[in-house]
Amino acid sequence: MTSEWAGFCRKVGAIVYKDLVAEWHTREMISAMLVFSVLALLIFSFALDLRGDMARAAAPGVLWATIAFAGTLGLSRSLTREQQAGCMDGLLLAPVDRSAIFFGKAIGNLAFISIVELVLLPLFAALFDAPLLQGDILVITALGTLGYTAVGTLLAAIAVNTRAREVMLPILLLPLVVPVLIAAVQATGNLIEGGTWAEIGGWVRLLVVYDLVIIAVSVLTFDYVV
Amino acid sequence: MTWSSSPSPSSHSITLYSVTLELEKDMHTSHTDRMGLILIALTTIAILTALGMVFLYAPREATMGDIQRIFYFHVASAWVGFFGFFVTFLAGIVYLARAERRWDILALSSVEIGLTFITMAVVTGSLWARPVWGTYWTWEPRLTISAIQLLLYVSYIMLRGAIENPEQKARFAAVYGIVAFVTVPLSWFAIRWWRTIHPDILTGGEGMALVPKMVHTLLVSIGAFTLLYVTLLRLRIRLEQAADALAHLHARLEQERYG
Repeated sequence: MTSEWAGFCRKVGAIVYKDLVAEWHTREMISAMLVFSVLALLIFSFALDLRGDMARAAAPGVLWATIAFAGTLGLSRSLTREQQAGCMDGLLLAPVDRSAIFFGKAIGNLAFISIVELVLLPLFAALFDAPLLQGDILVITALGTLGYTAVGTLLAAIAVNTRAREVMLPILLLPLVVPVLIAAVQATGNLIEGGTWAEIGGWVRLLVVYDLVIIAVSVLTFDYVV
Repeated sequence: MTWSSSPSPSSHSITLYSVTLELEKDMHTSHTDRMGLILIALTTIAILTALGMVFLYAPREATMGDIQRIFYFHVASAWVGFFGFFVTFLAGIVYLARAERRWDILALSSVEIGLTFITMAVVTGSLWARPVWGTYWTWEPRLTISAIQLLLYVSYIMLRGAIENPEQKARFAAVYGIVAFVTVPLSWFAIRWWRTIHPDILTGGEGMALVPKMVHTLLVSIGAFTLLYVTLLRLRIRLEQAADALAHLHARLEQERYG
């Protein structure tokens, strides 16, 4: 049993490693997401005229809207790359469980989106003058990103097989991540205003439940979309 | 059509004739669809009863007046929408387990009807909000969750439209129908908590107190709309089956001509 588990982890690790190496060579996903995020930040600032207290109040919303939109770029790219090079067929032919492929891809995507967030958070903290660099906010961001990436990986696998692949992913994904966006924005906003962990307990629980439910459903249904 | 360029019109028209006969047999939409007629009759009676109760039996609401009567159809539409998506969720699970076309037909038919009714719920909700709260849209939780469901299942229909292979279409749609449905309760909780933190001054408290006559009217409305859902679902399923039969015969005709 333990050796089976170790084997599963090794397979997942191999897929993650492959994705990290491929990304290291091209850097196309992370750079695309980063540039897009900065542009989105700029557009939000102009559109909402964000200064002073206004900026601080809007920071969580702008942050999560940026992550939600930039994330679709990365997710879409990650699965399209598999499809184009015929890599997905290779993965499916390999003697690995489909759930290992799902976890491999999801963890890879999680890593890329997290890297982008680690750049965005200090940038937002500086531009919006909001104390975003706290442990609590990092935990909320990680929980939100986990659920977002899990369902995003599943849907990206669907979207790459459709006619209008890049257009399809955001349309499919955004209505599903409404709970993540509301919970993460509310919890982050509360923490910026000096709220305590106890005050945001409900949101944290909602994020944890969402993550667990979505990961379970994604693992169960991933077999049918690849 | 492609048939018109057939080299031998006589033999071709014979094939066409036999195919037409077969089509009629296959569709079994003969004139004696008793079950369908009974359903339509029952639904008509139920809807008329509900309509009568809404306008004649239910009392006038004290603060909102007659405008409140839209409530009975609004709630019934929202219920049928949600129920339709629930059926799609279940049909999706069975489809993934068995891979039989009929479950995909059920999922598709139910989602289309659900979408129609959830749209009605959103529209009647806005019409109700306008005179009562002075605005077409408020972020009232129930109205908001209806709008989110509307968007979710519009995406579902768009997904189906973007896939060519019928088997793949059914599989992907089943997965999306399942994932979409499990997020609905989570979205509901998120929206409710969000609204409790930022209370809507417009909508204020948790609505009105229902007197027994109002409850009766609401229940009859919900019953009538559910019956309407069943009738429409049955018709939609038969339409899809007929389309399948036609496509099948079309393929055969082509094969006989060229094969």
